[in-house]
Amino acid sequence: MKKELLLFFVVCLVLFSCSGSKDKSKRSVGVTLSGAGATFPYPFYSIVFRDYMRKHPGVTINYGAIGSGGGIRSLRDKSVDFGASDAFLNEKEIASMGAEVVHIPTCMGGVALSYTLKGVDSLRLTGELVADIFMGEITRWSDPRIAAENPGISLPDIEITPVYRSDGSGTTFVFSDYMSKVSPKWNKVMGKGKALKWNTGLAAKGNPGVASVVQLTEGAIGYIGSEYAFTLQMPSAILKNKAGNYVKASLKTIAAAAETDLPDDMKLTLTDMPHPDAYPISLMTWLLVYRDQAYGGHSKQEAEVLVDLLNYIIGPEGQQLAEQVNFVPLPFQAVQKTQRLINRIHFAGERISAVPDPEIAVVEFLSTDTVTDHQRKVRYEKSITNER
Amino acid sequence: MKNRLRMKDRVFKGLLFAAALTILILTAGVVYVLIKNSLDAFQTYGFFGFIFNAEWDPRSDSEEYGAWSFIIGTLFTAFFALLLCIPFSLPVALFNGEYFKGRKISSVVGSVVDLLAGIPSIVYGLWGFYTLRPIVIQLGVNASGFGIFLASVVLAIMIIPYASSLSAEFLSMIPNTVKEGAYSLGATRAETIRHVSLPMASSGIVAAYILALGRALGETMAVTMLIGNTTNVPSSLRDTGNTMASVIANQFGEADGLKLSALIGIGLLLFVITAVINLIAKFIMKKLAAG
Repeated sequence: MKKELLLFFVVCLVLFSCSGSKDKSKRSVGVTLSGAGATFPYPFYSIVFRDYMRKHPGVTINYGAIGSGGGIRSLRDKSVDFGASDAFLNEKEIASMGAEVVHIPTCMGGVALSYTLKGVDSLRLTGELVADIFMGEITRWSDPRIAAENPGISLPDIEITPVYRSDGSGTTFVFSDYMSKVSPKWNKVMGKGKALKWNTGLAAKGNPGVASVVQLTEGAIGYIGSEYAFTLQMPSAILKNKAGNYVKASLKTIAAAAETDLPDDMKLTLTDMPHPDAYPISLMTWLLVYRDQAYGGHSKQEAEVLVDLLNYIIGPEGQQLAEQVNFVPLPFQAVQKTQRLINRIHFAGERISAVPDPEIAVVEFLSTDTVTDHQRKVRYEKSITNER
Repeated sequence: MKNRLRMKDRVFKGLLFAAALTILILTAGVVYVLIKNSLDAFQTYGFFGFIFNAEWDPRSDSEEYGAWSFIIGTLFTAFFALLLCIPFSLPVALFNGEYFKGRKISSVVGSVVDLLAGIPSIVYGLWGFYTLRPIVIQLGVNASGFGIFLASVVLAIMIIPYASSLSAEFLSMIPNTVKEGAYSLGATRAETIRHVSLPMASSGIVAAYILALGRALGETMAVTMLIGNTTNVPSSLRDTGNTMASVIANQFGEADGLKLSALIGIGLLLFVITAVINLIAKFIMKKLAAG
């Protein structure tokens, strides 16, 4: 009996001390933001959120990489403060959201066509060839049409194994968007979407799944997020772009795809872009937030932190982190336009002024009004590359 | 004092009752949610229309979902795995339940086989991916190695412990007097096994294999890594395909609307198939106990 009593007290003590410490931590945590969505930018988000939390000890940010579709659903249900997606919302989705949603681009990336072929270090392909390979029209590496693009390279006479995503994915969406643009047949037979109906090849789950299947299968070719291909240093095909140049996926060529007239709402696809250096399968990824932050028990403080976080992500520090994990920083013009979008976020009509005064400048460190746009751009780009 | 004891007894009984009831409610809840959320798909295509349709097209403008290719993929891999596992699990069962019954060596072999059951599915998947697949390619099954064959081989290894330990249990339950009778009639050990032990334990062994089959049907992770995940009705061991559990695991994340409903419908069908198989095993075991 005595023993039991003692045990009881010990258990109580442990419980009390637990709840006590929990309370304490709760008090020190000022604001908790949660988001959910795309898996593609997850490596970037995980480090940029961690970095932000380190600089703002009162803030906790949780991000669930559950896929773009899940992110949009969660935002609509108001169970998260921001969603994330690799494809901007279509008309139907916009209508279902109930209120205006702002798309905040955070970084760019590409879709690389990685392959495994012994002795082939450089492989040139055109969009149409890629389409025919993934539709099962071209089945061997020795096909004369592939050879015609690769003079001087001896391609082995083995079967091509196309590898695609088994899960729904923004990467598939961007890839098929490009395929639809360059191959009328693809547009008719395959179409575009986060998941397609395939007739050939193999499927694997996620970028890691596709990457490992490609790496271990002689003769395989698969589309994977460029940041993944860069990190693993996988050999990737050089693609012919709209201007007729052969370009390799790199931070530079993907950035070149965004050298165009950007729309004010920043909703655009970057596939098959006309810039001479543009990598043809480039993409932008977005965070989605409600323009009016006064909803579902949101406090103004939460809205302020959210806006500050968005500014941080598109600011030089955030963009530099993007580059560290092989994503492509937003070009200057995009940052400028995004800044304007962030400034439009309000709290029941009240302006949310986070750290920098929104009227003055693009980003905090550029807030001198005498410099020209070009000078700002140069400084911005310098600040990203120098701080590495 | 007596009253207090009775009181304790009653409380204990109540607790047990509550625990048992919770399990029942949970199961009923799972079934309810599966039915409720898959209703959309079953209503759109009809019950049999959904089951027997081999089309799986997730594109939004030509959406169509049918479970047939996954049902075939599931049954194909599970039954082939069962076939592959018999030559390994039956000898192990005889070894442990007959020849070396109660000896130290049998407990060692028994625990090692049981250890196979404790290895996480993902480890089997990795092993199949990195070790077995190159061998399958060299055997010339297909160019990439992935497919029904590879998935079935790994599944077979995964279900060996389930089939063999239960079979060994049933074999060792045969009374010694019966076997001694056979020996005294001049039967050799092999003849005794063939004509006495195996027939007597047969229904128990069959039940063991059915339970192992049930396990193979629901296996997800290892299969998903090895089967190729393609949407087609597999017609040979060389083909790639997909199973019901694996398609759910793959596509659940981004699914929405009708697709989500169809995936949950596949979950319901899988639930029904495994439940039926378990019921058959139970029925056979019951018959054995009665006989």
